[in-house]
Amino acid sequence: MSVLAFLIPVALGMGGAGLVLFFWAMRDGQFDDLDGAAHRILIDDEDDVA
Amino acid sequence: MNAPAVLSPRPMAGPAPSPVADTRLTVPGMRCAGCIAKIERGLVALDGVGEARVNLSARRVAVRHDDTLDPARLIAALRDLGFEAQVVGDTGVCADRTRGGADGEMRRLLRALAVAGFGMMNVMLLSISVWSGADGATRDVFHWLSAMIALPVLAYSGRVFFASAAGALRRGRTNMDVPISIGIVLAAALSLYETATGGAHAYFDGVVMLLFFLLAGRALDEGMRGRTRAGIGALLSRMGRDAGVIQADGSVRRMKAGELEPGMVMLVAAGEALAADGVVEGGSAMLDNAMLTGESAPEHAAPGARVHAGAINMHAPIRVRITGTGDDTAIAEIARLMDEAGQSRSRYVRISERAARIYAPAVHTLAALAFAGWMIAGAGWHQSLTIAIAVLIITCPCAIGLAVPAAQVVTTGALIRRGLLIKDGSALERLAEIDMVFLDKTGTLTLGELRADIAGLDGDAGAIALALAQASRHPLSIGLARALTAAGVVPAAVGAIVEREGVGVTGRHDGVFVALERPSTDGCDGPCVQLRIGADTHAIRFSDRPRGDVEATLDALRAMKLEPRILSGDSRAAVDAMAQTLRIPGEGGADPAHKLAILNDAKAQGRRPLMVGDGLNDGPALAAAHAAIAPGTASDASQQAADAVFTGERLFPVALAIAAARRTMRIVRQNLALAVCYNVAAVPLALMGRVTPLVAAIAMSTSSLIVVANALRLARVPRLPGGAAT
Repeated sequence: MSVLAFLIPVALGMGGAGLVLFFWAMRDGQFDDLDGAAHRILIDDEDDVA
Repeated sequence: MNAPAVLSPRPMAGPAPSPVADTRLTVPGMRCAGCIAKIERGLVALDGVGEARVNLSARRVAVRHDDTLDPARLIAALRDLGFEAQVVGDTGVCADRTRGGADGEMRRLLRALAVAGFGMMNVMLLSISVWSGADGATRDVFHWLSAMIALPVLAYSGRVFFASAAGALRRGRTNMDVPISIGIVLAAALSLYETATGGAHAYFDGVVMLLFFLLAGRALDEGMRGRTRAGIGALLSRMGRDAGVIQADGSVRRMKAGELEPGMVMLVAAGEALAADGVVEGGSAMLDNAMLTGESAPEHAAPGARVHAGAINMHAPIRVRITGTGDDTAIAEIARLMDEAGQSRSRYVRISERAARIYAPAVHTLAALAFAGWMIAGAGWHQSLTIAIAVLIITCPCAIGLAVPAAQVVTTGALIRRGLLIKDGSALERLAEIDMVFLDKTGTLTLGELRADIAGLDGDAGAIALALAQASRHPLSIGLARALTAAGVVPAAVGAIVEREGVGVTGRHDGVFVALERPSTDGCDGPCVQLRIGADTHAIRFSDRPRGDVEATLDALRAMKLEPRILSGDSRAAVDAMAQTLRIPGEGGADPAHKLAILNDAKAQGRRPLMVGDGLNDGPALAAAHAAIAPGTASDASQQAADAVFTGERLFPVALAIAAARRTMRIVRQNLALAVCYNVAAVPLALMGRVTPLVAAIAMSTSSLIVVANALRLARVPRLPGGAAT
């Protein structure tokens, strides 16, 4: 039983961390343009454009 | 997510802090990394553009630029880069708010979905231990832990449903969210009671899972919605906003469109849009009436000619005596017709709503009967209530909630890769029900722009023609210059170029007199210019070519038992000729009201017509039709009235859209049938009181997975008889 007192908070903490990370990513606009992100990696940086 | 790009808060380049405007353009043609780089670099190179950010998923570009830069210049720049573009909505505050609203709704759903997913995983972790045999104090602790996770999650993620259900109940109505909310609240309350009394079964896992699947369906559905069709305002914004009115003393004063009155005389400069209807009094000019008539060739307006608000003066200034302003203009009449015609479509009831209307009362009755039945059988209120709630949980409309949006999202994604943008889910449902097709001629069956026939021009003649054409702003010259440039012709050195109104452009090349002029005799029919080099003359014809795959598309439509026919505002002779070539019925000379009447007649006969058109004159017909498709080159208003927009030079996406829509509805019906089958199998178990939380969890997740897997079959675009490479 005592191991549960340790494991359950760990499980919840990891899940919670994932949730917080997802909220941050969404607020930061990480999911705004999924296709674009996949393609942008292919663009050569000629100069500093927008 | 299909959200518009968020402009990062980077400061604008350049020191001048002039007022900044944001313009969003939709560019359906971009689909690769090269396009992103080309568009972003190309736009930033323009004067006054601070930042351009492509959103490839939404096929949009967000541009931050000086207030003084006309969005039309951005569109022109994109055209030069090789992309069709349209401004999205108005750049006004109002449009921004609605867009932010739709975007915000999606984010709210995703957050609720993420929280529900988190809760589901953790509660399931604890539930599995209970199912594997934990009992006594361990089970109670696990139930309490589940409650501590599930209750906040339900309170947070369930708000989506609670708010909607409360709103419906306040207005004295009911919707799908009412049974969902009742089910969630009852099941949570019962589970809490079980936990508190040390009972064996708590349904926290089932409730949170139910919420998760329902939110997934809701989020998919929201992704389908996005683009609204409230665009009549955008139509009227194409009218000139102000006009130069000639005063009694001969001076010209700018007046707002709203202050104009019939009887005033306005001076319309080249490049200006007319702000009111009127009659030409002095001067003559070519007017671009494409907005009203859909006719690509500019019309000549001489004194006495009636001209309409929204037409664009292509070259010379004219004086126009106003006859109609504001609501009396022809364009306002079209807007009104479109608005009225669009009403019928907003009354369309979607398949998920139709299913919900039958399903929700049935489920409630069943649960109530189960409760009553067990009470009569003497089971006691606790057991009776447990069984009634098990019925509610097991019949939860998760699979039904996923059945429709999953199929529609997959199809829409597959079609957008074929250059066809479907506006929303109801559009797919209506497209599937189509049984006849009306096609506009100019711009729909044809490409809608005058292409110069440059085959007869050899190298030198082509080079001279290009040099002359570039010097003129006449629409035919612009078209010729574009065709020659596209063919790789380099302009010759031509000096002393003079453009003479109504005659043409003249110049000298190697000491020889050269000219691009109006043909001396009416030798060629249709629009045409004459290139003169010394004593030689060449006629250059212009024609509006039909789209390359018209025949194949019509064959495919016939194969689907649809009856394609032409319905056009062009002259009867032109339409009859085209109809004969294509061997389909055709009707010409139809004005917007007439087109609308024909559509309404067809509907009155119980038919479900599809309208395919591009011009503003098709607007009312597009809005009235059961479903409507417009090419990407269509006027803004037509694109807004249409359910789907296709890009490129091929007409085949029209047939593809109908075929894909029909296939989607087949899958949707299969999905609904699967969901019903599952209920038929599971409900007796629930009624008998045999459904434990474990059974509920397995049944719910498998039925949802089956429905989603079935929808994924739509990712492949259908092959059509008669359709060449799709």
